[in-house]
Amino acid sequence: MYWNKDIETISRKDLEALQLKKLHKALQATSTTPFYKKVFEENHINIDAIKTLEHIKDLPFTSKNDLRLSYPDGMVAVPRKEIVRMHASSGTTGKSTVIFYTAKDIKDWADLVARCMVATGATPDDVFQNMMGYGLFTGGLGLHYGAELLGCMVIPAASGNTLRQIQLMQDFETTIIHITPSYCLHLVEVIRAEGIDPYAMTVKKAYLGAEPYSEATRKKIEEQFGIDAYNSYGLSEMNGPGVAFECTYKNGMHIWEDYYIVEIINPDTGEVLPPGEEGELVLTHINREAMPIIRYRTRDLTRLIPEPCPCGRTHYRIDRIKGRTDDMLIVSGVNVFPSQIETVLMKFPEVGNNYQIILDRENNLDRMHIKVELYSKLFHGDIKEIERIKNRLKEALKALITINPRIELLEPGSLPPSEGKAKRVIDNRTL
Amino acid sequence: MAFQVSVFAENKPGKIEKITSILAKQNINIRAITINDSGDYGIIKLLLDRPEDGCTALKEEGVAATLKEIVAVKIGDKPGSLHKVAAILKDHAINVDDAYGFTVKPHEESVFVFQVDNPKAAEKVLKDAGYQLLADKELYLL
Repeated sequence: MYWNKDIETISRKDLEALQLKKLHKALQATSTTPFYKKVFEENHINIDAIKTLEHIKDLPFTSKNDLRLSYPDGMVAVPRKEIVRMHASSGTTGKSTVIFYTAKDIKDWADLVARCMVATGATPDDVFQNMMGYGLFTGGLGLHYGAELLGCMVIPAASGNTLRQIQLMQDFETTIIHITPSYCLHLVEVIRAEGIDPYAMTVKKAYLGAEPYSEATRKKIEEQFGIDAYNSYGLSEMNGPGVAFECTYKNGMHIWEDYYIVEIINPDTGEVLPPGEEGELVLTHINREAMPIIRYRTRDLTRLIPEPCPCGRTHYRIDRIKGRTDDMLIVSGVNVFPSQIETVLMKFPEVGNNYQIILDRENNLDRMHIKVELYSKLFHGDIKEIERIKNRLKEALKALITINPRIELLEPGSLPPSEGKAKRVIDNRTL
Repeated sequence: MAFQVSVFAENKPGKIEKITSILAKQNINIRAITINDSGDYGIIKLLLDRPEDGCTALKEEGVAATLKEIVAVKIGDKPGSLHKVAAILKDHAINVDDAYGFTVKPHEESVFVFQVDNPKAAEKVLKDAGYQLLADKELYLL
């Protein structure tokens, strides 16, 4: 079953010709943006010299930091009046990375998501319950529009409130859920605790995304829930969910090459690796009007699977994400950099600059615990004052990273100093 | 005016020992000790014979310690002794944040130590009622 058979089963030759054509268009568009204009000038890039897809390696990379530097709209290639939506991820220094979309971009994104869903066997008869966060995060609205385009009934439940999720699933006979793997494990546990047999429920499929997880976790979810779980990959810089998705063979995610040019590089040298080798995923968005992005370093580690898939789709697959090349943490589906936490702590003179982030998984839910030292000179001997500091810290962190951490204040000097190889993050979670 | 030393301490074994060892080394006497526990951490409150020296010594060892002004009032050591003081504080709508006490002479004399937002005001009402307030020196000579 295909959503767009012609494009999904296109020959590699025709696909590559289409990519080159779209790359040229994207490069023309990028060269009008303040950011790329400068980058192309500085690197003496002549976009007309890009004659083949291989030439893409002559173009500079774009990093997350470049997106921050061009905040808010240094990479926008269309007039403001053509933009209909923005999404944003939380920022390291208060500035977010913002992505813009024209009406066509939103439509195309939905089309891509519909393509992903059909690849898993979804039909207009399905009832789709979206348990991802709505709002600036792309996970909610991204799948939402695609599922509607396909013709599913969409339940925009958003994340959390597990008992209500279960009620909705029962009352509206949900057949597909979109959820983070950790929350899915929690959900099935609560379902059982409520005395409901998950196997007797109408749910058939789960789309798991926003967090890395292992094959073992997938198996566990499938067995405990009695469903098929599909791996979903996306990042807001490349639209959001829908970039790559598993088909019913569940053996790697088809990455839609008519929208993205895929490269795997050595993260240390930047050298392009041959297909099949593990490295950092680099994507060029050749299908976005508002904000085309060239050679974006995703920092995600994976490998390309060039072998044909029995489903008949010719678009290559990528393996499940193995990890990150930077220190980004994914906590309950939210991307968090330790530096973001550090920035918040620095704003509190009452605490020192040393900190430790401890991540645990309790009842399948991620818990963040931050240890920070009390700054002795600002200690006034008042327990209420200390509680106030803790609460203010908690609120400030929650506002920035949307996660509610547990704050533990320690005596001065109890944490390893910031110099040297201090271990700032202790991740006790197992995939 | 009287001061206690308040110390921030994690709720872990050995934390009191660290503080007492520093004070013992400085030959400082502890008249009273109380701990406010708040889960992960607590605040240890110490009434010392030399509060300033004690606080400095603790700080030098990297301990988060501070001098906190308290009210120390000499009361009897009989049933109802504390009640009389509590009644005065109630009449003047003075809220006590934290308090402890110790006996000086059994059945005769004890000291009630408490923390309030405004120690001066509390001292005044007690003084007006005829109570003897203990300043640093008197307190430590007990």
